[in-house]
Amino acid sequence: MTIKTEPVTINLGPQHPSTHGVFRLRVTFDGEVVLDVEPVFGYLHRGSEKLAESRTYVQIVTLTDRMDYIASMSNNLAYVRAVEKLAGIDVPERAQYIRVISAELQRIASHMMATGFLLNDLGAFATPLMYCFRERERILDLFEMLCGARITLSYMRPGGLLQDAPPDFWPALDRVVKDLPASIDELEQLITGNEIVLTRTRNVGTLTAEQAIDNSVSGPMLRAAGVQWDLRKADPYEVYDRLEFDVPIGADGDNFDRYVVRIQEMRESVRIIEQCVRQMPEGGPVRSPAPFFIRAPEGDAYSAVEGPKGELGFYIVSDGGIAPYRCKVRAPSFINLTPLREMLVGGKMGDLITTFGSVDIVLGEVDR
Amino acid sequence: MTRAHSGEDAARRIDEAIPGAAVEYSQTEVWILPQYIQQTARLLKEDGALDFSFLNAVSAVDYVEYFEMVYHLLSLRRNASLVVKSRIYGRDDLSIHSVYDVWKGADLQEREIWDLMGIHFEGHPNMKRIMLWEGFPGHPLRKDFLG
Amino acid sequence: MSYEIHAAGILDFGSIYAFIDSLLPEGLDWLAFTVGGFVLSFIVINALVMSTAVYTWFERRTLGRFQNRLGPNRWGPFGVLQPIADLVKLITKEDTTPDDADRWVMTLAPVVLLVPTLLVVAVVPFGQDSFLGRLNIGILFVLGVTSVNTIAIFMAGWGSANKYAMLGAMRGVAMLVSYEVPMALGVVGVVLLSGSLALFDIVEAQPIPFLLVQPLGFLIFVAAASAEMSRTPFDQIEAESELGSGYNTEYSGIKFALLFLAEFMAPLINSMIIVVLFLGGTRGFSPVPGQIWFILKTFAVVFALLWVRATWPRLRVDQIMGFAWKGLFALSLVNIFAIAIEVVIFQDETGAITAGQMWIMAAINWAITIAAVVVTARTLGQRKLERRRASPSPLANMYAEAD
Repeated sequence: MTIKTEPVTINLGPQHPSTHGVFRLRVTFDGEVVLDVEPVFGYLHRGSEKLAESRTYVQIVTLTDRMDYIASMSNNLAYVRAVEKLAGIDVPERAQYIRVISAELQRIASHMMATGFLLNDLGAFATPLMYCFRERERILDLFEMLCGARITLSYMRPGGLLQDAPPDFWPALDRVVKDLPASIDELEQLITGNEIVLTRTRNVGTLTAEQAIDNSVSGPMLRAAGVQWDLRKADPYEVYDRLEFDVPIGADGDNFDRYVVRIQEMRESVRIIEQCVRQMPEGGPVRSPAPFFIRAPEGDAYSAVEGPKGELGFYIVSDGGIAPYRCKVRAPSFINLTPLREMLVGGKMGDLITTFGSVDIVLGEVDR
Repeated sequence: MTRAHSGEDAARRIDEAIPGAAVEYSQTEVWILPQYIQQTARLLKEDGALDFSFLNAVSAVDYVEYFEMVYHLLSLRRNASLVVKSRIYGRDDLSIHSVYDVWKGADLQEREIWDLMGIHFEGHPNMKRIMLWEGFPGHPLRKDFLG
Repeated sequence: MSYEIHAAGILDFGSIYAFIDSLLPEGLDWLAFTVGGFVLSFIVINALVMSTAVYTWFERRTLGRFQNRLGPNRWGPFGVLQPIADLVKLITKEDTTPDDADRWVMTLAPVVLLVPTLLVVAVVPFGQDSFLGRLNIGILFVLGVTSVNTIAIFMAGWGSANKYAMLGAMRGVAMLVSYEVPMALGVVGVVLLSGSLALFDIVEAQPIPFLLVQPLGFLIFVAAASAEMSRTPFDQIEAESELGSGYNTEYSGIKFALLFLAEFMAPLINSMIIVVLFLGGTRGFSPVPGQIWFILKTFAVVFALLWVRATWPRLRVDQIMGFAWKGLFALSLVNIFAIAIEVVIFQDETGAITAGQMWIMAAINWAITIAAVVVTARTLGQRKLERRRASPSPLANMYAEAD
């Protein structure tokens, strides 16, 4: 006897606990098995690229804060680097070190969020999430010392930084950096060996190296697929060529590998920060004398940094005015969603949620 | 350090394979005619000496007289980059062939360009608006769009 | 100082019956029993509802501590009045019903869920002489009545005409039916050992807690029970991160309050059953009365379940089924065989087993348990699977220099 069944289409989102914002997935299920996925974007589209065309180069920094609002520091860095490349502005050495420190702190904070929410999507009832938030909170405290803000930082400027770090920032940074490895260990004890986590994440949402490259995936997702590609090594910017760190990769490109890569990247980030603090020049300017109204020469420039979520690039076209003619963002969260269908179709509903969580997107960046 | 692939070399290779495709080149960029974009893309990806397997970004810029498509390419194996540009003249019913069948990574980005710039991509399997809803009047990133 | 059941006199239900009887004229024993029954049922049900309220506060506070935060602490000392505030909020909210919903089914579902949960209490012995119904097939009653939950959850999912609710309900039915089996089989060991289906006899038959005598049965029963009440790692029915809220997605107002009452009562009731079956029920050390011991043990079990809930992620729905049929089912059969053989060997002509013999059984069973759990973990587990070593893909070389 065959039972007559029919597929059911469910709207996952835009209001759903696990879509990490206002994202919508139109999913067709056969029972629990995913038959088709169609992502629907745009619920948080604010037209940042259009807005940027009517702002001066410095004002745009505040727009970048609001794209990937989990990792504003990396957005700032990517943007100001593109402007510096376009306008040919130099950055003082001390500013470069502080930039690297803050970008790596931001990477840790962002990966903490990613890990915590991945576990939340697995159904761990917020306990790992709260542990991750505790660490992120300490990093946000550091950012507050740097620039007075915690989320929308706007700390970087074309040509340097808003201001030098206050003297009490350094001992605070030391304390955080000293405690972080232990906290990551604690997190790993809770998660990495957990049988349920392994069962849920291994060989789920697998993406091979070929698929990942073909789909322009970047960041931890690309590295989890076994492709050792990190812009900090491939195209070193700021002072990354003076720092020693490894680029962790995964073997199978599944959800578990993505989690492991993020954990290891946090450890590498701690290493990087420690080296920066040691190497950094004492004193000196943190902002080169650039005019407030930067007039970039006509032309275009593309510059990318390795953000927490992947390659974060800005393509800026200038017509010689005080505002960019066109400011295009290569948003890693957005482009990492390209292989969504390949990863999800054929899986179960529970896998859909975890895989989606392991991509680590921020809707502010997806929709811009 | 990512090395910029010479635009001259790329233009020469493209011209050899697809005569008349490359129109101009600079240090790091090469301009090609829009009708050859799909063939050029395939060549750039599959030629072993070029090997641009990774499509970084697809952008479109409105220069009022023409629209410029900008493809940022990366060769992961050679750690080299190349910028391919293509000018589309006119303002209405613009279209260019999609590179989706060469790099799947173009999927969402091309949809975004269609939505915000109004350049239609032929051969794209799902050419729908992405950020805005179907029926939204105009394409907001164009210079003549007054919101 | 002995591990025995201590009567508390006034707290025992028997003395309440006697007290009412003494007030009435001769020959009206039946009336005393009826009045006493009603009074006691009223007290027990309300006490249960109140303790559920306390339990919600306890759960939220404890989870808060587990999660490195405070939990509710505003209303009343340590936020203990929070459940009342919640209740007022829930009652004053609009009670909405979707247009497509099956109104009768949707409205009945919370009641159908709550009543069997309350019915279980009827046979739970709170003290030496403290139970509402002296049922000699108590365990069968418990297993039977708790199964009704399945129907209620399906009614809620079906009636509310919501796809998430429906998915949750379908998962719920599949899961609850599967876990009935290991749950019933886990109890068989207790029944074999105590020689009775009545809960009060089972308490009597535990000179040492059955947790020590048959740990395997305890583990199976606790796993199955937490699946029955859909707590992590088996919370597929709600699966907050997947289904929004699962079967109760469309509920609001008082109906939601009733669903949640039933849901929060389930851990309490299940803990009581666990305490009766495996932890010696009302047994304890004098001079503390049995009722107090019972409550203390119940909260200990509740706390352990909470701990699991706070720590573990959720299994996927097919993995849960696999665990029930491949893991727990096999383990419960091992448990039954072991206990049955031991009972045949150790019991005397009257079928009694002494405490000394139970200690010997405990030693054997612990060995069996450890072996069985290790074997199951090896066969079903993931950790044994070797992963490929990560090696950089030849498709990329980020150190490449000019060619």
